[in-house]
Amino acid sequence: MNVPATLKYAKSHEWAKLETDGTVTVGITDHAQEALGDIVFLELPEVVRPLKSGEECAVVESVKAASDIYTPVSGVVIAINQAAVDAPESINQDAYAAWLFKLKPNDAATCTAELGALLDSAAYTKVAESE
Amino acid sequence: MLNNTLLTPLHDSHLQLGAKLVDFAGWDMPIHYGSQIEEHHAVRRDAGMFDVSHMLAIDLDGPASKPYLRHLLANDVAKLGQPGKALYSCLLKENGGVIDDLIVYFFTPDRYRIVVNAGTAEKDLAWMQACAAGFDVRLAPRRDLAMIAIQGPNARSKFWQAYPGSRAASEALIPFQAAFDGDWLIARTGYTGEDGFEIAVPAEQAAAVWAQLLSVGIAPCGLGCRDTLRLEAGMNLYGQDMDETISPLEAGLAWTLAMKDERDFIGKAALLAQKPKRQMTGLLLLERGVLRAHQTVRTSHGDGEITSGSFSPTLQQGIALARLPLAVATGESVEVDIRGKLHPAKVVKPPFVRNGKSFVS
Repeated sequence: MNVPATLKYAKSHEWAKLETDGTVTVGITDHAQEALGDIVFLELPEVVRPLKSGEECAVVESVKAASDIYTPVSGVVIAINQAAVDAPESINQDAYAAWLFKLKPNDAATCTAELGALLDSAAYTKVAESE
Repeated sequence: MLNNTLLTPLHDSHLQLGAKLVDFAGWDMPIHYGSQIEEHHAVRRDAGMFDVSHMLAIDLDGPASKPYLRHLLANDVAKLGQPGKALYSCLLKENGGVIDDLIVYFFTPDRYRIVVNAGTAEKDLAWMQACAAGFDVRLAPRRDLAMIAIQGPNARSKFWQAYPGSRAASEALIPFQAAFDGDWLIARTGYTGEDGFEIAVPAEQAAAVWAQLLSVGIAPCGLGCRDTLRLEAGMNLYGQDMDETISPLEAGLAWTLAMKDERDFIGKAALLAQKPKRQMTGLLLLERGVLRAHQTVRTSHGDGEITSGSFSPTLQQGIALARLPLAVATGESVEVDIRGKLHPAKVVKPPFVRNGKSFVS
């Protein structure tokens, strides 16, 4: 199982990455893509949609099942990964390269607190292994 | 894993291949060995194989085998003239509900074999035994057999490459016909919409047979792609598209009911009295997305429901089987409620795909 130490993780199997410009990129973990199997469809939030951390905002569908995605941090959607929409299997190939959406946090302090409340790679590995 | 989990004779073979295993009707079965979609394409384009040993073969023996089956089954085994010929049939309750769907093979008027679904096997056997009262017939469940389905345009040629000695026994088989080859039964049947064989072999030979088939390049395939293949082929799945609460007349199975002659069978009187209000249709989603069982279908004649839905790897489109009001016509536009939003779909007549070709675009 690939769990990069540079990312933060939600128990619901999303990863979040704080970029140098203060935005946050969100995707699903390698463990999640493995559990879902062949991914064939993405439903992503609209750009400019405001999201609250924990809010259900996207759906990843594999041949097997549809899985709800919850944003791990709050903010406004500023971009979605159209390349992943067009080729959903890219998530199976590299779940950390094929991100889902990018957020601009409402304020840096809230964002830091929300990221701080997420799991680090060691803690997430334990969660994933216990499933 | 629970202690009462059932394992087929090929369980170790699946573990060695790194299969992802899931519970299926109490059996620990491979869902895929890496990619469900690649396995799907292997069957449509070349050859793949499935462990179907969780299904149960039941041998019938006795002078009353034929009258018994003519009483028990909704399709008529009297249609089977040539030794080895097989027939698809429903097993019905008195009220016409579907207990199971099955394949029955004819060997001699005294000897038949029935193959039933895994999840219903014990229930079927109990029912069949109860119905056998008064008939001189013995039922023998064959848990000593393993079954492997080898499917795809190159399935038969690759099987003969693996087992040249079996070619003579199986080369002349027409679809839905089987022949014994020593202690194997080789049947030209399947559940994928492709050509191929289903073979039943003694359990202790199963792992060696599987390895030999692997060695000639037949791809191991899990139950995941078995479901998308059968759905593309427009074939029902018991427990999903029909069950004891559904009439075969509302499950697209009228073609399997031999109703027109004098023969009486269990469920016939109930079926004759029924006036179906719904029909089984195919649906093609006209936008990107995936159809799923239990989604509501809005039509101009009232609502219906998807019974089996998925994403078709061959068509690259959402497809489904749906039970819709009888007045809905093929070609009609309908809408499917996916997570609260309506998406346009078209009513089509299954199959969607057979023998590698699209039937719908």
